Parts: sequence; structure tokens; C-alpha cells
Amino acid sequence: MSGVRVVRTGTANLASVVAGLRRVDAEPVLCADPDLLAKADRVVLPGVGALAAAMETLRGGLGDALAARIRAGRPTLAICLGMQLLLEGSDESPGVAGLGVVAGHAHKFTGVGLRVPHLGWNRVEPGADCRLLRPGHAYFAHSFYLAEAPVGWAAARTTHGGAYVSAFERGPVLACQFHPELSGAWGLDLLRRWLEA
Amino acid sequence: MLCVRIIPCLDVRDGRVVKGVKFQGLRDAGDPAERAAAYEAQGADELVMLDVSATPDGRATAVETVRHIRAELSIPLTVGGGVRSEANAGALLEAGADKVAMNTAAVEQPELLTRVATRFGAQCAVVAIDAARRLEGEGWEVVTRSGKHRTGIDAIGWAREAVARGAGEILLTSWDRDGTRSGYDLDLLTAASRAVPVPLIASGGANDPKHLIEAVHAGADAVLAASIFHDGDYTVRAVKDVMAAAGLEMRLEAGQ
Repeated sequence: MSGVRVVRTGTANLASVVAGLRRVDAEPVLCADPDLLAKADRVVLPGVGALAAAMETLRGGLGDALAARIRAGRPTLAICLGMQLLLEGSDESPGVAGLGVVAGHAHKFTGVGLRVPHLGWNRVEPGADCRLLRPGHAYFAHSFYLAEAPVGWAAARTTHGGAYVSAFERGPVLACQFHPELSGAWGLDLLRRWLEA
Repeated sequence: MLCVRIIPCLDVRDGRVVKGVKFQGLRDAGDPAERAAAYEAQGADELVMLDVSATPDGRATAVETVRHIRAELSIPLTVGGGVRSEANAGALLEAGADKVAMNTAAVEQPELLTRVATRFGAQCAVVAIDAARRLEGEGWEVVTRSGKHRTGIDAIGWAREAVARGAGEILLTSWDRDGTRSGYDLDLLTAASRAVPVPLIASGGANDPKHLIEAVHAGADAVLAASIFHDGDYTVRAVKDVMAAAGLEMRLEAGQ
């Protein structure tokens, strides 16, 4: 199994994603070097923490390297906040531009009686055109969501208040709002499929 | 739809799982990483590890224990007990905790919640509230220092304040029911559930699946239990089957 570079954004808790990748026999290495990220076989963009702080660390060459990989369709996995970092922006940090490599904006969950954060296990329902994503329960921990599937991507949906986009994929590029590394056997299977994509 | 979470709790002292009533008369209940993996295989949705070590050495051991558990575990792990600073929280998160639960320290220095939520995200900042019915009058007061100190602070008011300060989840333990196996304090759960928008974990008093179902109907989003699982009375899966049969949304896929 070739190495997997895990982007060190400085704000993310990386232990769980590193442990999850090891359990599916990958060899994750933390990385904050744009050149290495550009050349890596596989890259994981984890995300825990606040969007503005994470964008700050991506501002230099890291963000450009990630955007270039995704445009070129090279194997990349973005998790939770990592998925939202790919978008144009989020209600979480008004005025802060995301990487903008995927069209869309994250909105805050609102609704009478709706639990926020959306925290816990919920059902993922992939569209018929998804190749990596399969139906099942995944673990979520977030307060902002993407409403519409980006054009040109296969998407999965989850319901919290209303239906929203809980993951999207195109070839070996996969972005998940949920945490595959915390989603039990179902999540580990998804990591394995991505490692082989 | 969000599933109801079943959360076994591991009380850990000096690297071993222990169990006792109100932290008295602790009995050895096994190796934490082995227990954690077994609970995941049974279908646990999440685990809480509570460090009940009384010494600095014990605390250092807790970070190592988190590392061992994380290597085995593919579900979320919340760690509490002795989290007194941003640095404590950071060390636990770096070792593999996904959330940290703050109890006494949050009451004594509420700005800790804000600092942890700002730095690591609200989803990792759990406020653990131990609540006891007031000896006189209505409602519940916050107790701290493992129940030694009755603060007089209104537990529901504190829940509201903790969320305003950044807590993303509440772990609410009924001090009157903890370890008694007489069921959760349902009035307490309903009052807290109505007061705050964040997820609420019920703790203290579970003895059988009926109690867990009652807690969810009272307003809990997740239920924490220790004794009923440790003593082998029920597997997590058996409890989930009963809850699903009662019409609750549960995750029933097999564990790892």
C-alpha cells in the first residue's frame, strides 16, 4: 500500500483519522509541504475546528496544491470541515473565502426543535451514480451543511431537518461531511474503497 | 433521521476499568482497550472514558490509555475526568479523543469551555453536569468534585450558560440516581432538553432497556450506561433491539 499524506492544518484533531487509515493498512504521514502534497499518491484533508483558522493555514501553497489535485481528479479525500473547505464559503465565517474548487456554500442548520450541532449517527443515501459511497449509517458532528449537490459530482444525501448533501464523489476524489474514520465497519469499508479507487 | 446513541461508559483508574457506586468501593472491570473493542463489536455508537484517577501519575496514564483505545476503536471517544485546562484537553484530543468532557473545571472557570470550543470546535467541547435534586425547594443544583461539593448553582441555568459559552453537547448525570439502577431522573432530562438546543446525553441510573427508552421519551438524544453492560446483564445489541422494537431509530449494523 502506498503512502497517504494527511494534511496538517494545525487545527484538526488528527489522531482518529490516522488511526482509521492504519486500521485499513494504509501508511498515513502528516504533511504540511505543498510540493509533497502535489506529488503524493493520495491525500486526506481532515477537518475539525473552525473554518477561518483552517483556511488561514491553507492560504499559502497548501490550498493551491489541494485545489490543483481536485481539478486534476487525483485521489483526494476531504472529511467534515475538510469537505466544507472545498466550497466557496460558509455561514460559519462570513467573508472568508473557501478554496472554491467546488461550487457551493455551507449554511447553518436552523429549525424549531432541531438539534444543533447535528451530532451522532444518521443514514447516508447515495445517488445511483455513486461508485464509492454505499447506503448505511455514518457518524456526523457539524453545524453547517451543503444544500445542493455540486454540478458534475455524484452525491449522497442525509436528512436532518431536511435532506442535504452529506458526501460527493468524482472518480478518486471523495468529500464526506461525516467521519468515515469514526463510522465503524461501514466507514472502514469506505476508506478501503477510496484507497483502491 | 438521527439515531439514538447508546454510549457505554468506562471509568478508568490507573489504566484499568473500574466500577463502583458513586466512585466508592471500586472493583476491577478489565482492560480499557479490550473493553472498548468489545463494546464496538456489540454495536456501541460511541464510548465515554471517564478518568477517575486521583493522582498526577494516574492522569498521565489516562493519556496513554486513550492512545491504546484509539488504536482499536472506529467509533467516537469522549474523555472526561480531570480536564482542567486547554492543555489537558489538547493532550487528550491529540492522543485520540474526539471530544473532551469538562465538569468541575468548567464550573470553576467557565471560560475554559469557550477556549476549548474556539480552538478545537464546539463539537469537541462537552460539558459534563452532575446534578442533584435540591435538599430544599424545587429543581436541581450542580455538584462538583465527584459529588463532594454542592454548589447551589441551578443545573438547568448552568446548562444554558455552558451552551452559550460554546459547549456543543451536554452529558447530564443525575447524582441521586448514579449507580443506583433505579432509572434515569426523567424530570431532569425533560427540563434540560427543553432548555438547550444541543444534544443531551442522559446518565445515571440505568438498569434495563426500559429505562433507556424512558430517557429518550423524556428528551435525551443519547443514553450512557455503565453497570448494565459491564456486568454482562445486557449486550449493547440486545438493548438496541429492544429500543428499535419500541419504535426508536437505532443503528443496527454489525460492529467491526
